[in-house]
Amino acid sequence: MLAPPPSPRAPGPWALRGLVLGTLALAVALQLMTEAGILPEVLNPYYLHLLTVVGMNIILVASLNLLNGYLGEFALGHAGFMGVGAYAAALLAARVLPPPSSLPPFLGPLLLLLPTLAAAMAAAAAAGYLVGRATFKTVGDYLSIITLGFNMIIVNVIQNIDAVGGPRGFTGIPRNTGFAAVAACTLLTLAVLRALVQSSYGRVWLSIRENPLAAEVMGVDVNRAKLQAFTIAAAFAGLAGGLWAQYQQFITPRSFDYIKTTEILVMLYLGGMASLSGSILGVVAYTLMMELLRNLLGAFAPQLAEWRMILSPLILILVMLTRPSGLMGHREWRWLRPRGRS
Amino acid sequence: MTKTAWTALLPLLLLGACKPGGNELKIGVSAPLTGDISALGQSTKNAALLAQDEANAAGGLSVGGKTLKVRFVVEDDENKPESTATVFQKLINQDRVVAIIGSQSSKCANAGAPIAESAGIPQVTPWATNPNVTKGRKFVFRACFIDPFQGKVVAQFAAGRLKARTAAVLYDIASDYNKGIAEVFRDEFAKLGGTLAGFETYNTKDTDFSAQLTKIKAAKPDVLFLPNYFNEVPLQVQQARKLGITAPILGGDGWDNPELVKLGGGVMDGASFSNHYSPDTSDPGAQAFIAKYKARFGSVPDAAAALTYDAAQLLFKAAGTAGKAEPRALRDALAATSGFKGVTGTITYGGSGDPVKGAVMIRIENGRFVFDSAVNP
Repeated sequence: MLAPPPSPRAPGPWALRGLVLGTLALAVALQLMTEAGILPEVLNPYYLHLLTVVGMNIILVASLNLLNGYLGEFALGHAGFMGVGAYAAALLAARVLPPPSSLPPFLGPLLLLLPTLAAAMAAAAAAGYLVGRATFKTVGDYLSIITLGFNMIIVNVIQNIDAVGGPRGFTGIPRNTGFAAVAACTLLTLAVLRALVQSSYGRVWLSIRENPLAAEVMGVDVNRAKLQAFTIAAAFAGLAGGLWAQYQQFITPRSFDYIKTTEILVMLYLGGMASLSGSILGVVAYTLMMELLRNLLGAFAPQLAEWRMILSPLILILVMLTRPSGLMGHREWRWLRPRGRS
Repeated sequence: MTKTAWTALLPLLLLGACKPGGNELKIGVSAPLTGDISALGQSTKNAALLAQDEANAAGGLSVGGKTLKVRFVVEDDENKPESTATVFQKLINQDRVVAIIGSQSSKCANAGAPIAESAGIPQVTPWATNPNVTKGRKFVFRACFIDPFQGKVVAQFAAGRLKARTAAVLYDIASDYNKGIAEVFRDEFAKLGGTLAGFETYNTKDTDFSAQLTKIKAAKPDVLFLPNYFNEVPLQVQQARKLGITAPILGGDGWDNPELVKLGGGVMDGASFSNHYSPDTSDPGAQAFIAKYKARFGSVPDAAAALTYDAAQLLFKAAGTAGKAEPRALRDALAATSGFKGVTGTITYGGSGDPVKGAVMIRIENGRFVFDSAVNP
């Protein structure tokens, strides 16, 4: 059989590499300007904050896409994994490792970031593995309920551990994360997920989504594949949590409850299922919409400011009515597509 | 196509960006206008607008020989820490405010504080009583007392005025506020020579407390302390009375909402709680505020409204003392505040962001909140 001819418009590896390196260089430059205190004259730190939040949310949404988009399950516990990662990183950064002030600037936080993020990913992956095992026998609605229950358990457990502040939240986390670190982690996540979904792992997940019985007949170990997907997705949610904790410097268990999960789901469905481009677009569109509404209402109709929470769901409903599979459902931008496929 | 659409929308974001006004005192307000405590967000906004319009109706504030108009930029933080961080970033970097009032809940005030601190913008939170919010920070202040003080006030009231020897506590273990007060009460009551007959917990949104209350009933405490929020307390009191617990019931400032009596009805009569202020205070300044608030918004201001109004007046006064609308000068003037007479009492900052101020005990009589006694530190 002939391989499909490479699309003439598909970017070569150099174009992609250029895009990645360019983004990283820009992020590091912005970070250095922030440290030097000259950023406010170049770019409003408010926008940089929004970009940082967007980056962390892309990691969350793209990793949930693995479960809800590619594997075809409706998992409802993503914020729980994020919480596990956030608390693991916070504990390590605030209680075990030396404070960043005792280390050289810029490099110090980076040195602290590597072990804390690794711990966040490992802890969340362990939680994901457990949930994956617990859902072996369930699919569909039952799996949703189990994952939702797990999310609640995680929040309640953290609330009852006084050593991490309990319901008061965890204060005094050093700020080791900046825009550069978040940008690098976002790119890394997208690269890993892109490689995964295009590999045989991704094919197996898709086959389970389309027909688990047929997949099993073809020799796919459904349980094993599900376990892998849950562990990987949870690890990346933990990565986002670890970044979040060290960016916001304060975390509370209730920030990781089902309301946060719902927010991730909204961005995921807005962007579209089984599409990394959709995950990026969904987060950007949602964040931009919320902030645009805030700014526009604030500038033109301050008395309507509370209507933001009515207008934004309305816009979401309109988008879903006109684009039922989300902004980019089952489609990819050229640079996220595998080479050789049009 | 989509790309072009988004690029076209981007410049709109810039619309809100304004240059710092030359003859304006611009103050940001981060309030939970939507979300689980939106009623409180509304009273925050109302009180801020009242303070703003009052100052401007009087011609503006006199700051260093110039007359400045006051402008509050009120933003919704949804009572979520993440959103509060975004609101703080916007207020500081886009609106270029010189100070921020808010946010109200401790978790949100805590999320905003590192941002205000590193930007060098003074933050005054009206209602966040968690001690961690101001700890180790130079630019973060609050207008209210902190949880430990409130637990102390109620313990003193129980041991002194009610002459209680034994006490029982039922509190929500999943909420920082409830837990903080409960623990301080426990320690303080023991210090005053009392014994704790029960220390029971539940989880937010529980509706059946019979197991815990039965245990408490068996211990026969002299008082029952319920440091929980107004939406849950009436149910707990009803169940306690039904089980035959006749001991007087006490609470904290989380009780301060008209809903408490609406939900509980006659069963709430005779209970007392500690609060930041009492609407039937005899202080003329406070009475004037309450009358103006009632006339404009049609309801009696709650503690959050009174504290927000005080936070605004604290900043106005600091601007006058500093002589310029500049964040660092404002911070220094604020830290030097001494003997400021507000609606909720006299405020003095003794070196930290926590004021030295008193509390009041309020008694519920025939469904009305009645001033019982004042407690000073």
